[in-house]
Amino acid sequence: MRRIQVNVNGVTYEHEVEPRLLLVHYLREGLNLTGTMVGCNTSNCGACTVLLNGESVKSCTLFAVQADGHEITTVQGLQTNGDWHPMQTAFHENHALQCGYCTPGMILASVSYLKENPNPNEEDIREALEGNYCRCTGYENIVKAVQQAAGQTS
Amino acid sequence: MIPMAFDYEVAESVDHAIDLLGQHGEDSKLLAGGHSLIPIMRLRLAAPTVLIDLGRLEELRYVRDGGDHLAIGAMTRHRDLLFNDLVKEHCGIVGWTAGLLGDPSVQHRGTLGGTLSHGDSSGDMPSVITALEGELTIKGPQGERTVEAADFFQDYMMTDLGEQEVVTEIRVPKLAPGTGWSYKKFSRRSQDWATVGVAAVVERSNGSIGSARIALTSMGATPIRAAAVEQALSGASPDAVAEASQSADEGTNPSSDDAASAEFRRHLARVFTQRAVEEALGR
Ligand SMILES: Cc1cc2nc3c(=O)[nH]c(=O)nc-3n(C[C@H](O)[C@H](O)[C@H](O)COP(=O)(O)OP(=O)(O)OC[C@H]3O[C@@H](n4cnc5c(N)ncnc54)[C@H](O)[C@@H]3O)c2cc1C
Ligand code: FES
Ligand code: FES
Repeated sequence: MRRIQVNVNGVTYEHEVEPRLLLVHYLREGLNLTGTMVGCNTSNCGACTVLLNGESVKSCTLFAVQADGHEITTVQGLQTNGDWHPMQTAFHENHALQCGYCTPGMILASVSYLKENPNPNEEDIREALEGNYCRCTGYENIVKAVQQAAGQTS
Repeated sequence: MIPMAFDYEVAESVDHAIDLLGQHGEDSKLLAGGHSLIPIMRLRLAAPTVLIDLGRLEELRYVRDGGDHLAIGAMTRHRDLLFNDLVKEHCGIVGWTAGLLGDPSVQHRGTLGGTLSHGDSSGDMPSVITALEGELTIKGPQGERTVEAADFFQDYMMTDLGEQEVVTEIRVPKLAPGTGWSYKKFSRRSQDWATVGVAAVVERSNGSIGSARIALTSMGATPIRAAAVEQALSGASPDAVAEASQSADEGTNPSSDDAASAEFRRHLARVFTQRAVEEALGR
């Protein structure tokens, strides 16, 4: 077991964890933050995407011990004082989700990407989200939502 | 999909990592970005008893101007390379290819040292560094040594790395203004590994080709230089590219798998060699 201290969505947690515990399981089962999904468990689908120090990562491909001393943001930490993040609003307004399973990962990957490229075109967005699968095939509206959010934050 | 249990150590320095490797022996493994290692640990294809995490070694995360070359720290992330200005200016093929590995989240974690040390001949960077005739700096209990990429990749998933050694730096030449490059990758779906990839670095000289260095991905157990094509193109006119590319699969040993038959891979190597050299000549 190993002691870790992680700041998740602005709250600092300290826990003893097994080194083999994947970050996604720590978030879901250790902290009960079930907004982060497990899709493929093979590092392909992006459902488990969270921000590590502001950058998108696949939390199924990271051990919780690697996050020791770092900041994690999940979809449940995106709002400020009860107001949705512009990306959340854009997904809502553009009907960019159907079942919603891929949505937390889509939103976090998009938030991370706009920090790197605040003015993406449609192709840029599709490429940036190539590692986030939507099995409801709602990509059209997802891309529109990211375009809307980009317009607002740049 | 849960890895076997292991102990976890954090390396505080390269020397500390070398000590830890010595202490824990052959079943210990270095952990860099984890984006090759963790997937195979989840599948239990690998079950190291101790992981030694290089992830806190910010001192191995850099790109420096070394005069005639760029020196890149082993823990430099793929995404760092994609956005790095020195890389863009002097050795664009490295940044451009880094941007092809997986998706942005993979690139935020995966490292250049990790992808080379993993030694997978379907990885894109091993071919690129081979075509560039890059060098790796390796540190072990006996001190530091330098290995050329061509000697580093020895067999399928087997490199020249000793049990207690750490890759610390990768050096690639600065490309002269007359030198063009291209990396062409064929894969069936986005995010897939290369069914075949071709890295080309081509020097132009007075309207003809001075020299071409071409390395192939997924055409054998290691990155393979397309030596016959290189020879045919040395001093040749750009019109010779199509014909020369027909020998791109000479001396290769591709396998057949779900993605492609060996024969199809040979075909791809020929077609993509032509496209890569032509693109390099135009860049
Ligand atoms: C979804 C997905 C898609 C991908 N697509 C591609 C792709 O298209 N093309 C491609 O090339 N790669 C691809 N990758 C792999 C990715 O590039 C990895 O980041 C890379 O192969 C390994 O680098 P790493 O830093 O993650 O290494 P790790 O996984 O941490 O380590 C890999 C191996 O190298 C050893 N090692 C690591 N660093 C050192 C060092 N400094 N010295 C000595 N040994 C070391 C480790 O012990 C381990 O054996 C993909 C990965 C994923 C998850
Ligand atoms: S669950 Fe992590 S990428 Fe699919
Ligand atoms: S909304 Fe259902 S998977 Fe994307």
